[in-house]
Parts: sequence; C-alpha cells; structure tokens
Amino acid sequence: MAKLLMEGNQALAEAAIHAGCRYFFGYPITPQSEIPEYLSRRLPQVGGVYLQAESEVSAINMVFGAAGTGARVFTASSSPGISLMSEGISYIAACELPCVLVNVQRGGPGLGNIAPSQADYNQATKGIGHGDFHLLVLAPNSVQEMADLTIWAFDLADKYRNPVMVLSDGILGQMMEPVEFSEEIPEPPEKPWAVTGASGRKRNIINSLHIAPEVLEARNLKLQAKYAAAKENECRCENYLTEDAELVVAAFGSCARIAKAAVEEARSQGIKAGLCRPITVWPFPEAAVAEACKNARACIVTEMNEGQMVYDIRLALKDRIPVHSFGKMGGVIPTPNQILDEIKKLEVKPGV
Amino acid sequence: MSKVIASRTAALTETPFHYCPGCAHGIIHRLTAEVIDELGLQEKTVGVASVGCSVFAYDYFNVDMLQAAHGRAPAVATGVKRVLPEATVFTYQGDGDLAAIGTAEIVHAAGRGEKITVIFVNNANYGMTGGQQAPTTLLGQVTKTTPNGRTSEANGYPIRVCELLSTLTGAAYIARTAVFDPAHVTQTKKAIRKAFEVQEKGLGFSLVEVLGNCPTNWHLSPGDSVKWLKENMLPYYPLGEFKVSEEVE
Ligand SMILES: Cc1ncc(C[n+]2csc(CCOP(=O)(O)OP(=O)(O)O)c2C)c(N)n1
Repeated sequence: MAKLLMEGNQALAEAAIHAGCRYFFGYPITPQSEIPEYLSRRLPQVGGVYLQAESEVSAINMVFGAAGTGARVFTASSSPGISLMSEGISYIAACELPCVLVNVQRGGPGLGNIAPSQADYNQATKGIGHGDFHLLVLAPNSVQEMADLTIWAFDLADKYRNPVMVLSDGILGQMMEPVEFSEEIPEPPEKPWAVTGASGRKRNIINSLHIAPEVLEARNLKLQAKYAAAKENECRCENYLTEDAELVVAAFGSCARIAKAAVEEARSQGIKAGLCRPITVWPFPEAAVAEACKNARACIVTEMNEGQMVYDIRLALKDRIPVHSFGKMGGVIPTPNQILDEIKKLEVKPGV
Repeated sequence: MSKVIASRTAALTETPFHYCPGCAHGIIHRLTAEVIDELGLQEKTVGVASVGCSVFAYDYFNVDMLQAAHGRAPAVATGVKRVLPEATVFTYQGDGDLAAIGTAEIVHAAGRGEKITVIFVNNANYGMTGGQQAPTTLLGQVTKTTPNGRTSEANGYPIRVCELLSTLTGAAYIARTAVFDPAHVTQTKKAIRKAFEVQEKGLGFSLVEVLGNCPTNWHLSPGDSVKWLKENMLPYYPLGEFKVSEEVE
C-alpha cells in the first residue's frame, strides 16, 4: 500500500476501519474531533455506523451494547470526556467486552485547555474506573504508530476480551506525517459469548452483578489471570542508544520525540545518553526499562505532566539508581534544550 | 385427562422471581415475555436489564440479555440495535433509572427514534435502595428521603414521563397503563404488544409506562397499595396512549 500524508487523528480513524471496526459512538471534544468528523463521512461508505451520542456517558454505554454483540467498536474522546466514561469502562472490563478507547489528551485538571498533555497517564494506567481492573494502554509517538497501535489495540482487545486504550495527545492527533497501512489484518476470533438473539444456541447473558462475594472474587481472579498473561506477553518498549548509556531519558508518546532530539544532541556533545520509550504503558515493560538502564548512573523521566510515569520507572529499576523527574504541566511542551539541560545537570565529568 | 390451561411462557426462565409479595414487576415481566412469545421474537430478542429492583431481569427473561449501568439501558440498547438492526431490542427500567439518572439517555433515544422498546415501571419511589424519593414521587408522599412528604418547594414536582416524551418527533408509540386488576392487565399486554409491533415494523421508538405498586416501601399491604395507587397515582398519572404516530395508526 502507498504512503499517505495524514493527520494523526485521521490515521487513527482510518486504521480502525482497516482493522474491521464498523461502529463508532462518540461526542465532540477538542483535540480529538477530527476522529468523529472523519468517521461520520467514512463509516457510512463502508457500511458502518457513526453515531454522535448525547454525552460521553451515553457513548461508552453504546460501545458496551455494540461490543456485547461481538462487533468491533470504538470510541474516542479527550481528557474530560474520558473522565465521564469511567463507570461504563468499568462495566465493560467487568463483562470482559473487547473494545478500543482513544484518549487524545489535553491539559487539565478541570476544563483545563486544549493544548497537548500527558496528564491522564495515571488515570489510564491505574485509575480509569472503580474496582480491580486494568485497561491495556498503548502510547503511540508518531502518525504511523497512531495507525499501527490502533490496529494492534483491536487485536489485543479481542485476544484478552478487555478494553484497550490508545493514549495519545493533541500533538500526535493533529500533526501530519506519512503513514502506511499494513496489508495483513488478523481475523477477529469467534465470539460465542455475544448477545445476538439466542437462535439455535443457549442464551447468553452479559452481566457484571455477582452478589455472592466468593463468586465475585472468582471473577476478579479470572481478570487478574488475564492481566498476568498480558504482562507476560505484550510488553513493548523502544530502547535507543541505551547499550552504553550512562544517562537514560525515559519518556512516552509525543514527549519521547522531544527527548530523542535531546538525547541525540547530548550524544553529539559526547555525553553517553540513551532513550527508553515504553510503548505499552500498561502492562509496563519493566524488564526492558531495567535493560535500558543496566549501565546507567541515573535516569531522567520527562513527561508532559507532574511526573506520573516516573513511579513506574522507579519500580522497574527498584530504585537501584537515582530517578529524576522532569515534567511540564498545563499543556506546556518541554523543549529539547530543556531536556538537554536536565541531562547535563546529571552528567558528572570524570575526575571532577 | 387433565388439560393445561395455564403454563409458563417460554420467554420466561424457570427461575422464581425474587420480588416482594404484591409487587407489580412480576406481572409486567410475565406480560412482556408473553408478547415476545406470541410475536415469535424469542430467538431474535436482546433484552437490557437496568439497575433497580428488576436488576435480575437477566435471570428471568429467557432471551439474550445484557445488564446495563444505572440509567444507561437506552444507550446500551442503541449500541445493540445499531449493530443488529434485525434484532428485537428492549429495555426494562424503573422510574429512578429512567427518569432521574437516565433522563438524558431516554430522551435522546426517543428523540433519535431509536427502534427499541422500553418497558418502564413507575412505582413512585426507589424500590431497590429502600424507598427513597424518585422523580415520580407524588407531592405529599412520604419516602425515606422525604420524611415529611414531598414538597414542591424542597423537592420540585413529579415528572410525567409519557407526556414529556410524547412531544418528541422520534417517539412512535407512548402509552401509560396499570396492572392492578385483570382488565388493566389485559390493556397493559395490548400496549406492550403494540410497542413491540412498532419496533418490528421499524416505525421508531416505543415505550409503555406501567404504574406499579410497591407495598414494601409504601408500607402498605398489597391490597391497600392497590387502593393507594388508584387514589393517588391515577389522578396525576392518567392512563392512555399519549403518542401514536401516523404510521402506527
Ligand atoms: C451510578 C449508581 N448510582 C446509584 C446506584 C444505586 N441504586 C441502585 S437501584 C437505585 C434506584 C432504583 O430505583 P428505580 O429505578 O425506581 O427502580 P425500582 O427499584 O423502584 O424498581 C439506585 C439509586 C447505582 N447502582 N448506580
């Protein structure tokens, strides 16, 4: 397939169609509105359904219903809208329904602003809703990855019968880059549990109510076993120039692009810096992070938030080396020079 | 030889209802299930249970079922119906679920003319959580959270759902019925049948509100609760068809 020049949000939307998704329920919010706008035109062309819900609360519950029929379905929003979906996401995870969620993050808290941000990292990886459950969370850092990780998200959702989030931000959503769509899309698995009308089979029930604590505990243990399998099999991380790195910068998503520029500049100035970029932020690629830092004296975690992933990095490194946090909040984007300055602060010259 | 004159309808499971003695939910379940059977819809029906006393509806309706979050059943049903336009999709909701927390969902499902059927049980209180005020609680009615009776100053006025929804173009069939005597049971079944037929014909959104008694939380005997319903609910919630679109006629 030829390369196309596309905006991140559009590439993501097209990738969903490419993955066989024909249903989208959502509500407009900047900076993700290009996704519903694109799909309102594209989905009817491929026999799908685009429906603008009355709120994100309704959108996620429409996703619940559509996912319950076994269809590939997704929704997209930006930070405040994702907060509204919280209860529905918990129900979807509890009922083990596959679906894809996209958060094109903006500055918060509150109404915040529409500038790019990564402040929903904790929400996505640790606190998306009530109860013991997890999303699988993928953090793209290019338009190509907006497409590739979205396609992977649909496969993971079906494989684990779990909601999967693509954790993007306003930079990735709105920038343009060339993108190519892979030819091979794995067939979705059979979904014998789906509610489609019980014709010629026993009826199916999709339910998250389990009054007896022992029964609910068993349900929880089943979910946890699934998450353990995801941790075992799905961690992804990109380590760049880390083999001999004495200082490792860890960053995810769009911030990792800026960090990469800083690392390259540091290298050109003779500083042994490297970049560690978690791609799955849940499950967190602990082994790859430890590997990236095996020769490092220190690690700097740069994020467009107060410092949220930094705790996962510290756990992955078991606090073996100092881990510093460099965060920018409120939609402020760090510059490569600022990150370079942080690297230089930590660089101890031999003999000094 | 003995002859069977009454039996369980196929669209109900064998699970015994958990409802309190005198509660209307059981009758309304039965009527809904009979209609599904008589119209031959059992194998293509997907039901959506809500949160309230009828939360276990998925145990009772012998069809594919989803259990939705409090108030969200019309959105869940929309998701199902948009993927499976040929399926028969219904929700079963109480008045707290539909007329308080789920107001946006029901209004917009009706506004879109979503081709689903809603069975809405109005018992003028929150049954499942122990009898608190609902948006349908009558002025003067004592509940756990209106200990001196609902007042318009403090709690506003009860909402008439059928009247409200019947103003929406997308609503094809809207009716209010009751089940306190055999004649009304028959009328309710007719209305439910019409509502499902509207869906089968693809004519739009249909809803039947059924006035139900809640002896336990009204602190009345089943007999007295029927009397209370007739004396207090009927004047404020008149029975009848509120919207029958031209196509339905
Ligand atoms: C988000 C949320 N808020 C509150 C509740 C608690 N709750 C459960 S049932 C219910 C009221 C149900 O009343 P109604 O819909 O009138 O049905 P009934 O029980 O009277 O049949 C409430 C408030 C809940 N389950 N979820």
